Amino acid sequence: MTIVRQAARAEASPAPAPAPGRTRPRSKDLRIALLFIAPAFLGFVAFYLVPTIRGIYLSFTRYNLFGDPKWIGLKNYTDIFKDKLFWNSLWVTLEYVVLNIGFQTVIALVLAVLMHRVAKSTLVRGVLLLPYLIANVVVAMVWFWMLDYQIGIVNQLIDWLGLPRIAFFGDQAWAIPTIAFVNVWRHMGYTALLIFAGLQAIPGHIYEVAALDGASAWKTFWRITMPLLRPVLVLVMVVTVIGSFQVFDTVAVTTGGGPINATRVIQMYIYQRAFAESDFGYASALSVILFIILGIVAFLQMKFLRGNESDLS
Amino acid sequence: MKKTIGVLSAVAAVALSLTGCGADGGSSADAKGDISYWLWDSNQLPAYQQCANDFHAANPDLTVKITQRGWDDYWGTLTNAMVAGTAPDVFTDHVSKYPDFIAKNQLLPLDDAVKQDNVDLSVYNKGLADLWVGQDGKRYGLPKDWDTIAMFYNKKLTDAAGIPADQLQKLAWNPTDGGTFEKAIAHLTVDKKGVRGDQPGFDKNNVAVYGLGLDGGSGSGVGQTQWSMFTGGTGWNFTDKNPWGTHYNYDDPKFQDTIKWWSSLAQKGYMPKLETTVGANMADNFGAGKAAINTQGSWMINQYASYKGINVGLAPTPTGPDGKRASMFNGLADSIWAGTKNQAGATKWVEYLASAKCQDIVGKKGVVFPAIKSSDTLAVNAFKAKGIDVTPFTKQVADGTTFLFPITENAAKIDGIMKPAMDAVLSGKSPVGSLTDANNQVNDLFN
Repeated sequence: MTIVRQAARAEASPAPAPAPGRTRPRSKDLRIALLFIAPAFLGFVAFYLVPTIRGIYLSFTRYNLFGDPKWIGLKNYTDIFKDKLFWNSLWVTLEYVVLNIGFQTVIALVLAVLMHRVAKSTLVRGVLLLPYLIANVVVAMVWFWMLDYQIGIVNQLIDWLGLPRIAFFGDQAWAIPTIAFVNVWRHMGYTALLIFAGLQAIPGHIYEVAALDGASAWKTFWRITMPLLRPVLVLVMVVTVIGSFQVFDTVAVTTGGGPINATRVIQMYIYQRAFAESDFGYASALSVILFIILGIVAFLQMKFLRGNESDLS
Repeated sequence: MKKTIGVLSAVAAVALSLTGCGADGGSSADAKGDISYWLWDSNQLPAYQQCANDFHAANPDLTVKITQRGWDDYWGTLTNAMVAGTAPDVFTDHVSKYPDFIAKNQLLPLDDAVKQDNVDLSVYNKGLADLWVGQDGKRYGLPKDWDTIAMFYNKKLTDAAGIPADQLQKLAWNPTDGGTFEKAIAHLTVDKKGVRGDQPGFDKNNVAVYGLGLDGGSGSGVGQTQWSMFTGGTGWNFTDKNPWGTHYNYDDPKFQDTIKWWSSLAQKGYMPKLETTVGANMADNFGAGKAAINTQGSWMINQYASYKGINVGLAPTPTGPDGKRASMFNGLADSIWAGTKNQAGATKWVEYLASAKCQDIVGKKGVVFPAIKSSDTLAVNAFKAKGIDVTPFTKQVADGTTFLFPITENAAKIDGIMKPAMDAVLSGKSPVGSLTDANNQVNDLFN
């Protein structure tokens, strides 16, 4: 029934009427538009554009905050190319991103589908979002204590089970997976909410058609939900991957880059060079490189996952 | 984002901070207005607030506003505030940090003030005032306190191990077999099944109580509370001269042999492995009864005494291969920021902080040892009133067995090189010989 009615409505809908604004003079539009854009534009220029350009300029200088930057051309970049700590930080960051995004996206997708199909109570949906409402640093500190080797509750439980204790933040092999896990725990609810919004945008009648055709739940998920969810999923991936590459606070309040260099992620290394060692030129060059990497990653994701087109239209 | 905001403020503020550079501290006469003052140790805040109140009572035209901020945030915030032109007029300064501030022209020399206001530098404990003279021969701080290292031990655990207090007072170590010190910590180590570290069947991978604690990692290139009390007893020096050395000696076999022995304590299970110390700090583990002995600084006395159910004892650091004990000797000072707008007031406050009037108050509170010798006695008595005999800390100064914290330029960069290098050695990932390579990197900073 519904399908028939919807189809009929679709046929009956008239061609889109011309927008009412078209008839007004363009210059007046422009003035009002500028007025509305102005706050965002000024903020963009003052807090993004100018600092970015200055950051790029500083990346070609030697600068320690005090005194004037000294132009040294590409020296920072050639030094970075030879810097073992930079390559290490890139590798460590990549390891983190893969673990973090991999687990986070899969778990969030499962949660979103559950929210969509099973858990319809607002309370349950709200609870899923709770970890995201706690400040990052607080989450990191709480897990840091709970996972402590000597006096943490998790290791106490492991002890009771008769298994050997794990130095979650202290062991080189465990440190990055642990930090990735902490951030998955914090962000999965929020990511699930974004995907959930995408799920709600998929028209119900398509599922009804699938059900009529006798498609299994598994098949429906892969053939209908996933393709129609793609634009939202791509957006979520672009945003979370960029956020993931910039992991800093969790590392800063727990391992501080250690043990040895196992968690010296690129943002931590930039911070260390800039604020601990006062190498602002070098740190700016590192930031520019991170900026370029993120630009390429976002471009590739949009290009190959066709994030800007929808299969619905 | 942090970087870019910092950079933005830098643009606005470079001009501001530069204006202060050429100035020199003058006399403190006719001062008035507000003075901002920063410190990091919350334990000392009540004492200094008292000083500030008394100072205001004596100088009604001057008001001191104190801000306390934990060590981890203190230095980054201070540097940013200097760039932004909002740094405090006066702040508590550390010897590992002030060379960088001098290099960036952020500290006001105090020589004129010392001369004009007749500040007597002989009242301080020997060596403390000299710590704050830069390579240019100018004075950048007036001493406020000092600290040394000693061993805190858990009396219940040492009693259970049958080690009497007087034996703990005269332990000796050497890099070959660890001496009586290693014997003691081996005996104090107990595994999950109750087997002691020096008994057959000891399981070093399942230790319940460690003989020796490990303070938050490998100690980077300084090892103040981790290994400096050992390396100091071998005749080894950090640098070619101190202060203001330009060549580090981490390649010296005396240093590397000591570090090799010290790291072996973790491999043997007598000291926690590095990876297990990321998290709860050494003091809290001591408070939880997880270690029998901690080598720790005098600034921690009250915290160690405050753990419920822990009866804490004190012993001096063990004597080294040359028969003498050793402790790093360090002191804090108050410095004036070069960009201060109230130079006269700031000078007057620094002189007050460095005077017996304020240091007596600090001494009476029994928190740290004040720099002035006469105020020192008050602190010793205050600790005694709390039931703590601090002789193991003061003895090192009285016997002249202390050595100074290494003061050089590039401290932050040296830390960036030495921390991963020492971590790798302590965790057994790199041989001790790898420190020679790290040493070359450190010395390259001075070329």
